[in-house]
Amino acid sequence: MATPMKVRARSEGGVTEVKVLMSHPMETGRRKNEKGETIPALFIQNVTVSHQGRTVLSAQWGPAISANPFLSFKFQGGAKGETVKVTWQDNTGDTRSDEALIA
Amino acid sequence: MDRRTFLQQGGGWLGTLLAAGWFAPEVAAQPWNRAAFDARTVKEALEALGAKDAAPGGDIVITAPELAENGAVVPITITSKVPGTESIALLVDKNPNALSAVFTLPAGTLPDVHTRVKMAETSSVVAMVRAGGRVVFAMKEVKVTLGGCGG
Repeated sequence: MATPMKVRARSEGGVTEVKVLMSHPMETGRRKNEKGETIPALFIQNVTVSHQGRTVLSAQWGPAISANPFLSFKFQGGAKGETVKVTWQDNTGDTRSDEALIA
Repeated sequence: MDRRTFLQQGGGWLGTLLAAGWFAPEVAAQPWNRAAFDARTVKEALEALGAKDAAPGGDIVITAPELAENGAVVPITITSKVPGTESIALLVDKNPNALSAVFTLPAGTLPDVHTRVKMAETSSVVAMVRAGGRVVFAMKEVKVTLGGCGG
C-alpha cells in the first residue's frame, strides 16, 4: 500500500492554492541495480484533484516527473473547511487518495 | 461484429470493471496517452498530442533555474497568459522521452502549475498551451550539471 501524500490547501482572496507532495519512487525503467538488472518502470500516470467533488485539475505524467513528486496549482473558489481530494494511479494500477481541509 | 453488438458488449465489460472497483472513474477520465509519452522527440510528442501545428507564442512564462545542479529535481513553473487556457504540457527536449506531463485545467483553475522534473542533460524545456483550438508553445534553456536519468 502506498504511503500517504501530504496535501495542503489554503484559501486567500477567493483563490485556493493546493500543494501536494506524493511519496512515490517514479522509476523510469531505465535504471539498473548493482547487479546490472533493469529496475522496472514504476511511475504515477494519472493525477486528479477535486474540490467538493468537482475536478479542479487532472494530469497525466510520464516517468520524467521527479521521485516523490511535488505539485502546486491554484483554483478560483474554495472556502475554509471545504475538502480537497487528490488521487493518483501508477502504471501498475496502484492508486491512493488523500484529502485535506482548506485552511 | 456490428456496432450495436460491440457497444453492448463494451458497455457491459466496462460496467463490470466499474462495479468491481477496478477503475476509479475520476482517475480514468482520460486514458493515459501512451503514444505521446513514448514519443522520443518534442516533434513526435506534439504530433501524438494532436498539436503538430503549435506556433511559438510569447504569452507563456516558464520559470526554471538557468542552471540546475541536480538534474533529478528541476523545479519548473509554467504560467500561461493565453486567454482560455485549457491544458498545459511540459516537455524536455533532450530527455529519452520528451513529454513529461500534461495538465488539464477545467474552467476556474488558474493556468499556473508547478512541478519538478528529471532532466538527463542540458536542454530546452518546452511548455505547450492549448486554448480554444489554438496551440502555442514557449521554450527555455536549462543547463544541467549532473543528469537525473542515469543509473
